Amino acid sequence: MKEYLLDFKIADRTVLPGGCAMIEFERADGEKLPPFRPGQFVEIKIPGVPAAMLRRPISICDVTDSGRLLLMVKPAGEATRHLTLMPAGSVVSMIIPLGNGFDTAGAAGKRVLLAGGGVGAAPLINLCRVLADADAQVEILLGGRSARDVQGLPEYYRGSEQVHVATDDGTVGHHGLVTGHPVLNERFDTIYVCGPTPMMKGMAAIARNRGTECFVSLENMMACGLGACLCCVEKTVKGNVCVCKHGPVFNINELTWQ
Amino acid sequence: MAINLAVDLGAGLKLKNPVLTASGTFGYGTEFADFIDLNRLGGFIVKGTTLEPRQGNDSPRMVETPSGMINAVGLQNGGVDHFIEHKYPSLTQYTSEVIVNVSGASVADYAKVAEKLAPLDKIHAIEVNISCPNVKAGGMAFGTTCEGAAEVTAALRKAWPRHLMVKLSPNVTDIASIAGAVEQAGADSVSLINTLLAMSVDVERQRASISTVTGGLSGPAVRPVAVRMVWQVARRVSIPVVGLGGITCADDALQFIMAGATAVQIGTYNFVDPQVTVKTIDGLEDYCRRHGVDDINKLRGII
Repeated sequence: MKEYLLDFKIADRTVLPGGCAMIEFERADGEKLPPFRPGQFVEIKIPGVPAAMLRRPISICDVTDSGRLLLMVKPAGEATRHLTLMPAGSVVSMIIPLGNGFDTAGAAGKRVLLAGGGVGAAPLINLCRVLADADAQVEILLGGRSARDVQGLPEYYRGSEQVHVATDDGTVGHHGLVTGHPVLNERFDTIYVCGPTPMMKGMAAIARNRGTECFVSLENMMACGLGACLCCVEKTVKGNVCVCKHGPVFNINELTWQ
Repeated sequence: MAINLAVDLGAGLKLKNPVLTASGTFGYGTEFADFIDLNRLGGFIVKGTTLEPRQGNDSPRMVETPSGMINAVGLQNGGVDHFIEHKYPSLTQYTSEVIVNVSGASVADYAKVAEKLAPLDKIHAIEVNISCPNVKAGGMAFGTTCEGAAEVTAALRKAWPRHLMVKLSPNVTDIASIAGAVEQAGADSVSLINTLLAMSVDVERQRASISTVTGGLSGPAVRPVAVRMVWQVARRVSIPVVGLGGITCADDALQFIMAGATAVQIGTYNFVDPQVTVKTIDGLEDYCRRHGVDDINKLRGII
């Protein structure tokens, strides 16, 4: 898939109770977004923070009805915090789209679960819509520390049949980890996961035990996003591969997680 | 006014402009083909190539630091035979020079890689890595003494028939004397600097930020050190000097050229702006026009 280096303008921003910003971007030249698949990401250069040299990899959340690019940004450090505060009209440079994205082939009629932890909820938003449009039966499982971490998120999952929630403190949904949610006792054809590594490993173990197909989206530290620097490699059954290029989505059978 | 950007590094290595890409930051060129016309480059230096395939170091391999990054990739590559069979054929289409960076765990390894590359007509030069801080044997071990640097250079002088560039480590007391030793042993040019040995601690997790604990610092953070070293080396040796370290634009490149570099390499900033190379080339021409300079070579070593 062709990759583009493009300027985007911030069009709108909503800050969720958990602190993440849902930011809508339009192309600075007014053109349409390049095509992308769910699970692909952008590398965004955040201006105004000179010491933060590298671009930041951020999952594509969705495209809005008005054709804007939606990104979910967690204020994790100085640069991402700055991005969540930039006013409408600010221009940022992005490389888009990057990575392989989720495999959604043959989704019709399948019952699938999309499990997201923290900011890992982001790439599942577009995935949900694409799978629902393909006539899959989609359920969502979101995890957070507390109710406010997931507040405002469920409405983004358009086409989902149900949104399940697990919180560490039990303030909403299942009291405990995502991996302990009772919905996991039910049968799914495919489970897609994006979240902290321990959560993804836990979900992968559950899927493996049941023989359920499972894809995870990894977040290894990246520099270039283009497969050039070899910084973000993950050990796989085929050796070290770049998460930015061969991933970020992997079938758990490709990984050496046991 | 017609402006000449072409530079001559000697021993058959002529570049259409002074801008090269640094090894390990530009893959095999094709990773950047969506963003720039690779034929605009003076040349590109492909990933460090070893005799045998290498899987590199464990993750995490990289941490961002102020205006820079520390990496410990550990020379992950498919080995020289893989390069010749799978990478080289697609590189012959370019008019830009293609230089192969060569690494080894022993002097014999370096020489064997060079011998295998020698029949490839398109490869007019190799860059010898005696300065990688991220592999135990070889790498930097050779580059930190005059004797070690000269030994590898002399062996490659026998094994490699065309332009021989030697990449120097900044992790030494006196880089100019290493450069002198490499020149004496038969190098056609020297490139500097490789990364600075560095370390970062993740205090929340209470462990080193990268798997190897120490790694190589690159990016704008190292530029002033690199410019200083290029200036020192250029005053010591009579072979051409290729400068690199934190270049992000034409002005940065000109610092190296004015300090004595004939050509420059752009490395880490390719990760930030995949078009930085062509912007730098355009910027060099623009600078010459604004300052009434008809030949970039006239700016070399004016400091």
